[in-house]
Amino acid sequence: MLEITRLVKRYGRDKPVLEELDLKVEGSSVVSIVGASGAGKSTLLRCINRLVEPTSGSIRLNGTELVNLKGRELRRARRKIGMVFQGFNLIDRLTVMENVLAGRLGYVNLFQAVTRRYPQSDIERAFQLMERVGIAHYANKRADELSGGERQRVGVVRALMQEPEILLADEPTASLDPRTSEQIMKLLQSLASELSLPVLINIHNVAQAKAYTERIVGLRHGKMIFDGVPADFTKEALDAIYGGIEAAEDEITAEPGRSRQGVAHDST
Amino acid sequence: MTPPDPVGAPRTWRKPPFIASPLLRYGLWLAILVYLVWAFGSLPFNWERISEGLPRAARIFGGGFPPSFERSELLLTGFKESFQIAILATLLGVALSIPFAVMAAKNVAPKPIYLLGRAVIIVSRSFHPVIVAILFVAAVGFGPLAGILTLTIYSIGFVGKLLAEEIEEIDWGQVEAMKAAGAGYLATLVYAVFPQILPRQVGLSMYQLDSNLRASAVVGIVGAGGIGGTLMNAFGRYDYDFAFAILLTIIAVILVSEGISGWVRKKIW
Amino acid sequence: MVDRAGALADRVWRRYDRKQRMIRYAVLLATVMVVYWAVRDIDIFWPWVWDAPNQISSLGARMWPPDPSRLAAIVNALLETVHIATLATALTIFIALPVSYIAAQNTTPNRACLWLGRFILVASRSVNTIIWALLFVAIFGPGVLAGILAIMFRSVGFIGKLMGEAIEEIDRRPVEAMEATGASKAKVIAYAIVPQVMPAFFAIVILRWDINIRESTVLGLVGAGGIGVILQGAIDTFAWPTVATILIAIVVLVLIGEAVTGLLRGKVL
Repeated sequence: MLEITRLVKRYGRDKPVLEELDLKVEGSSVVSIVGASGAGKSTLLRCINRLVEPTSGSIRLNGTELVNLKGRELRRARRKIGMVFQGFNLIDRLTVMENVLAGRLGYVNLFQAVTRRYPQSDIERAFQLMERVGIAHYANKRADELSGGERQRVGVVRALMQEPEILLADEPTASLDPRTSEQIMKLLQSLASELSLPVLINIHNVAQAKAYTERIVGLRHGKMIFDGVPADFTKEALDAIYGGIEAAEDEITAEPGRSRQGVAHDST
Repeated sequence: MTPPDPVGAPRTWRKPPFIASPLLRYGLWLAILVYLVWAFGSLPFNWERISEGLPRAARIFGGGFPPSFERSELLLTGFKESFQIAILATLLGVALSIPFAVMAAKNVAPKPIYLLGRAVIIVSRSFHPVIVAILFVAAVGFGPLAGILTLTIYSIGFVGKLLAEEIEEIDWGQVEAMKAAGAGYLATLVYAVFPQILPRQVGLSMYQLDSNLRASAVVGIVGAGGIGGTLMNAFGRYDYDFAFAILLTIIAVILVSEGISGWVRKKIW
Repeated sequence: MVDRAGALADRVWRRYDRKQRMIRYAVLLATVMVVYWAVRDIDIFWPWVWDAPNQISSLGARMWPPDPSRLAAIVNALLETVHIATLATALTIFIALPVSYIAAQNTTPNRACLWLGRFILVASRSVNTIIWALLFVAIFGPGVLAGILAIMFRSVGFIGKLMGEAIEEIDRRPVEAMEATGASKAKVIAYAIVPQVMPAFFAIVILRWDINIRESTVLGLVGAGGIGVILQGAIDTFAWPTVATILIAIVVLVLIGEAVTGLLRGKVL
């Protein structure tokens, strides 16, 4: 269970990016966080695994307070929090397998990390996860030779390698074409239920948020102004979040195209 | 619209000057002139000695041709030592340049460490290898050890600076991803930083091997081992034909080494 | 999740396949062998190596504190160093530009000129400044003239090569347009080539001036003028505190040189 209370983040003397934010995520639900650019979505996620230092407030994951952790304790907490990035953030010059195994860096020692001598169980897990998302045949390819969708799958597998208790996804589909981005959303959704893993997804695309997640949280200027199920997410809520900027009608209403192919087999 | 006035003054055009203000423009010329007068006036030229130059040049070049490869034994020993100095110094220098580069990269090093790393690199870059070589010769005596130490420092300065710049320009997302996975500082360096700077590192090492070979010919002049010492001795003993033989060989070796280093770097890129 | 563990034997994963591993081991082995040869064969008395840290730190201790009593002479020598670098760079321009013109593929009048130009550039670049200085000291005697000539002879290759590359990279079309107007060769150069290579020219000259300042600090060690003369004198008389002052002065000079080049670059480019 993730419990965020009165979370504040301000950069320097500017107006706070997050203002006294409260959020509770229980069980294995997929939560999407929507909001305009600069609303604080990315800062919120990064506060949870402390890539950004919160100014004040409390973040508890399964009872552990994350805000004051330092050094080794912080790294131990981080390895239980998987993260998927907008720009994939793969290590381009290493192979897919090395990238996936990098998800175990919080567990193995430095010698193992440098010599790539990972425990057999890690390698087995890596193969299983890669097979699950359909990239196992790329194991020894360099990460920068893959297409965007494949790269993001590597990113997802890397995060899952951490055996996370929660998965954070920061705009996981923003760098992908519409079809691939739907496949990735679907993948996240089904992985969440298979692994009974809570997932927090920052997302721009409201239609996808409604289609693939169970709960939508709307942020505006660092405050939560919507929290509910997709069915309650109306045009009014959308206007409130994006400040009345005209959103294309179909962006909220249209049902995203259902898959033409299996999720795991779009490799081209 | 009125037609151009035919009785008006003839229109002229001049290229607008490079420096707009005439004061600055002429001031600059004046400044250059004053500088030249000052510089030439203050420099001590020994005209008497200089006027002997031409006959001396004739003698030197006359004595130098044809170059004599008679003492090729000495030549080979000198070059062998130069190679050894260059290889060992490159290995040591490149290996040491990595920690110093990490120290001198603003984005991965804490502030006090950064300043220290920066200072080491600036100081080792400020001194020409020959100056460093004299100091090492004074400290550890004549011979290749001084040469190795000198070129190691030289390599740290050059490779360290460029690597540090490279580290400062890496894609930070990969570092964030490793941090998010709970990796420690060193594991993050090994996974997210080093792979990104690896091609540059290999290229720089090849380049440095080449320039260490060049420099090893020079540090010998002040007694730090290698072919430079042989050359200096030949000049000292007015043994110009041997000196020219050494010079020609140095040029040939440098051209070959430049070619190889360039080829390898192109291959790796 | 797909679950077929247990049914299959443990799957293995290796970073490199067999061939890659062989190549890696071969490269590693070759490197180790070269290093082994270099370490075993080099003419080093090993006890000195283990004593080197002591010797170096004791030399450092003898230098402390720096002795500023000869500061006036040092500053004068530094000025002389700057003059040598500046005059040599300025004079080099007059030689390097014609050479780069004939050494560039697209402007060279004929093949003979092209090869002549290239020969000049290669000869100049393969001989280090300090070796040039050695030669000119032998010809014209110790003094600043030898220093200026040495710096010039080395800089011609540097400026000439980079300018030649700049000329080769120009846009052909303005040249054709000027030729189409019936302009003479000189006019084509003035109107179509000079404006295109101007920025590169300033950048290269400024860069070389910076390098020349560093290089001219060592000219004195072979008797070719500048701060090196005082440095050599102080080392020969074991006046280590004075040596320390000179070294600090050199760092300051180099840093000032870097600041000035940075400023000039910002102004001109």
